[in-house]
Amino acid sequence: MERRLERIDRGIKARASGVFALSSWREMLYLSAPRLIPALGFLLLPLVLDNYWQKVLLSMAVFALLAISWDILAQTGMISLGQGLFFGLGAYCSGILNHSLGLHPLLAVPVAAILGGVISTVVLLPVLRLRGVYFSMVTLIIPLMLIRIIEATKIFGGTEGLSGIAPLPSKWVELYFILSVLLAALFGFRRMLSSDYGLVLKAIKDNDLSVINAGINIYWYKAQALFIAGSLGALCGAFMTHVYMFVGMPVFALDYSILPIAAAVVGGPGTLAGATLGAAILVPLSEILRGIGGLRIVFYGYFLVVFIVVLPEGIFHYIERKYHQFDRWVEVE
Amino acid sequence: MAEGPILKVDRLYKHFGGVQAITELSFELAEGELLGLIGPNGSGKTTAVNLISGFVKPSRGAIIYRGRDITGLAPYAVVRLGIARTFQMVKPFYQLPAYKNMIIPLYSPRVKQMIGGRYGDRDAVALDLLEEVGFERDSQVAYKSASVLPQGYLKRLELAKAIALKPDLLILDELFSGLSLAEVASIVPVIEKLRKEGKTIIMIEHRLKELFRIADRVVVLNYGMKIAEGKPEQVMETEEVKKAYLGVEV
Ligand SMILES: Nc1ncnc2c1ncn2[C@@H]1O[C@H](COP(=O)(O)OP(=O)(O)OP(=O)(O)O)[C@@H](O)[C@H]1O
Ligand SMILES: [Mg+2]
Repeated sequence: MERRLERIDRGIKARASGVFALSSWREMLYLSAPRLIPALGFLLLPLVLDNYWQKVLLSMAVFALLAISWDILAQTGMISLGQGLFFGLGAYCSGILNHSLGLHPLLAVPVAAILGGVISTVVLLPVLRLRGVYFSMVTLIIPLMLIRIIEATKIFGGTEGLSGIAPLPSKWVELYFILSVLLAALFGFRRMLSSDYGLVLKAIKDNDLSVINAGINIYWYKAQALFIAGSLGALCGAFMTHVYMFVGMPVFALDYSILPIAAAVVGGPGTLAGATLGAAILVPLSEILRGIGGLRIVFYGYFLVVFIVVLPEGIFHYIERKYHQFDRWVEVE
Repeated sequence: MAEGPILKVDRLYKHFGGVQAITELSFELAEGELLGLIGPNGSGKTTAVNLISGFVKPSRGAIIYRGRDITGLAPYAVVRLGIARTFQMVKPFYQLPAYKNMIIPLYSPRVKQMIGGRYGDRDAVALDLLEEVGFERDSQVAYKSASVLPQGYLKRLELAKAIALKPDLLILDELFSGLSLAEVASIVPVIEKLRKEGKTIIMIEHRLKELFRIADRVVVLNYGMKIAEGKPEQVMETEEVKKAYLGVEV
């Protein structure tokens, strides 16, 4: 009996695209593994990790969501350098809702997400017409301006911030809340981006004049993308407010703007899965490097450069390509 | 429908800094007419198209479409009223396969309004439209990325994107430029079919021979000014046009 190598996806590709006449458990597994592995992984990890690494996982989920939010904007042709704006607005909204109005955290977080999304969109509405680096500059500056405003006017607790904010019911609620949000956002928005609606968003990045010429008001669509990304970022900030039980000026810090971009770039932009993968690599890496003290940022920067130089397409695109080339032995008569 | 012109361009002016691109341009267009807009390089043809389609605001003057003043309206709003244009420099979505390029116009409010609901499967409509302009159904070319398509197909794609919008007034900016004679010959029937459907068309062309076979009337621009208007053969006889086109073989 002769045998030869065959790519696993051969039989699947041979059939008409979209027609799922699956013939074996192997193909079934091949098709579902990309969804199953991350889903199961994220849901099971909290059970095996210790307290410290659970916190790292939580932080990873937050940065993954910020990176997804960044990627959605980037797919629409808006390069944001100000994820910190979304994060900070959500953090303050949830803090105030809980601190002043006594809203339960599990209610305050989603309300703050929507509210933060609306405020982000309204704040950036006037600059939606700006393209490229001009838009980026504005997103970079606004959160830094907000820090100074809070400092100068002493609103919302000024430099002291607001403390004594209610935590989420338990660490398990915390973990599973943010992990299910991550999974829902990852798969939900991936689907959105591959729909006809998502195609319109991506086309704006590709050639905005051509989208306008198709009779589509691109500013309306950009505003929608902004609201989605803003809400997602705000949700992260709102969530962390209840984890820290505190909200203050650091929520507008540059970290929240820069690290998500690094995650998306290292993981591979344009897929959301890449952004998630990037966060899943960079956040733990940053923790591991904590041990080496002062030179941490140097090593961290070094790894970033290596990733980008070795796999400029992003890790996810590389894995995806390899996955489609998986071989198996088949019998030949 | 003899209720006045579908489009009336009324004493338009446009200057870019010191460059006077359009000077006192006026013309009318009857429903179902095919107007050729010609003139030497830099005479303001594309600027005229940009003014009508809303991409550029006139310095002075008015554009009246079906009795409604559309001067200064945003380009996407102009499309909604039924005016579609192609770009002289094709503007495909290079990151998408050709047929996915079609999804964007098919997604637009104009199309939704015209078919009074939703497309079931936009991909199928996209492939039909592409076949209409000459993407052979069995050749897979419609599935290729726009970034690898030759100019001939990009021009057809540009046309198909405009047709997808079900326009009443279609403006084609140098559709034939850069195409072989055979390619032009294969697109002419598409335009003739659009005319039979009652669409009003403005064609900007340098390929006068091909244009004159299908145009009802031509307007000639030179240095942003209209120097002649009328039946194709008559217009080419006027002194002004001969001077403007000196050395250009018709
Ligand atoms: N956006 C702009 N800014 C400055 N000048 C412009 C702009 N658009 C057009 N012009 C100028 O206006 C004049 C008319 O240009 P236009 O593109 O309308 O000519 P055209 O008749 O379409 O030429 P061609 O046959 O080469 O396409 C030219 O002198 C051009 O340089
Ligand atoms: Mg031109």
